[in-house]
Amino acid sequence: MSAERIPILRMGSYLLVTIQVDMYDQLAMMLQDDLAHAIGQEESRGLLIDISALEIVDSFIGRMIANTAAICRVLDAETVIVGMQPAVAITLVELGLSLSGVHTALDVGRGMALLERAAARHT
Amino acid sequence: MSPGPIVSNQAFYQLRSDVDVAAARRGVRDWAQELGLTVLDLTKVVTAASELARNTVVHGGGGVMCLQVVRVGARQGLRLMFTDNGPGIPEIDRAMEDGYTTGNGMGIGLPGAKRLVNEFELSSTPSDGTCVTIVRWKA
Repeated sequence: MSAERIPILRMGSYLLVTIQVDMYDQLAMMLQDDLAHAIGQEESRGLLIDISALEIVDSFIGRMIANTAAICRVLDAETVIVGMQPAVAITLVELGLSLSGVHTALDVGRGMALLERAAARHT
Repeated sequence: MSPGPIVSNQAFYQLRSDVDVAAARRGVRDWAQELGLTVLDLTKVVTAASELARNTVVHGGGGVMCLQVVRVGARQGLRLMFTDNGPGIPEIDRAMEDGYTTGNGMGIGLPGAKRLVNEFELSSTPSDGTCVTIVRWKA
């Protein structure tokens, strides 16, 4: 069994994940669990997931992203997905996934700004 | 009757685990790139392959993906066949409906994959397995 894990970085009260490896399903599930624990334990205000290196988002990864955002919301944190390739976005919608309830931004900078605005509204 | 497509190259991928699904996905990506599909068409066929390969593993108990470069006249494309010896799909019409699921998925795999390709053919016999064939033609 591979011990490969996707690193979760902390930036102040935000968590940052950059997916740069080929995601097989088990790895996606481990990331979802790791993120839920990290958000819960460290009282984060938001989570930013950079998927600019992902060549595809299929229903499994899409569900993992939607689940993670739902878990974060329950734990009082916002999730933003950044860097989705246009071809991935078109394919995702045609596949039938809308990722409703998940914030998206074009790049990391805009994603962080979005999280900060959400946190400011909250306090 | 029109003659079937000419197969100019083919490869087989074993599908037994999620790691195999990822490897099959990479295979489709590499071949689609080699064939010169646009980024969008490549993304669509790789995504469809990912859904169908996962179905083969999860619902079919494992199987094989046969990848072929096919040609009809001047038209070239990628044909993928996913075969398993699993329990088969009892209600094919319902399985092709958006949102219909027998497991804990979202029920978008089959109808979603169909929307991402040019040709889609599903044959399934109870207790004898399932075969899904898709084609994405080069624009």
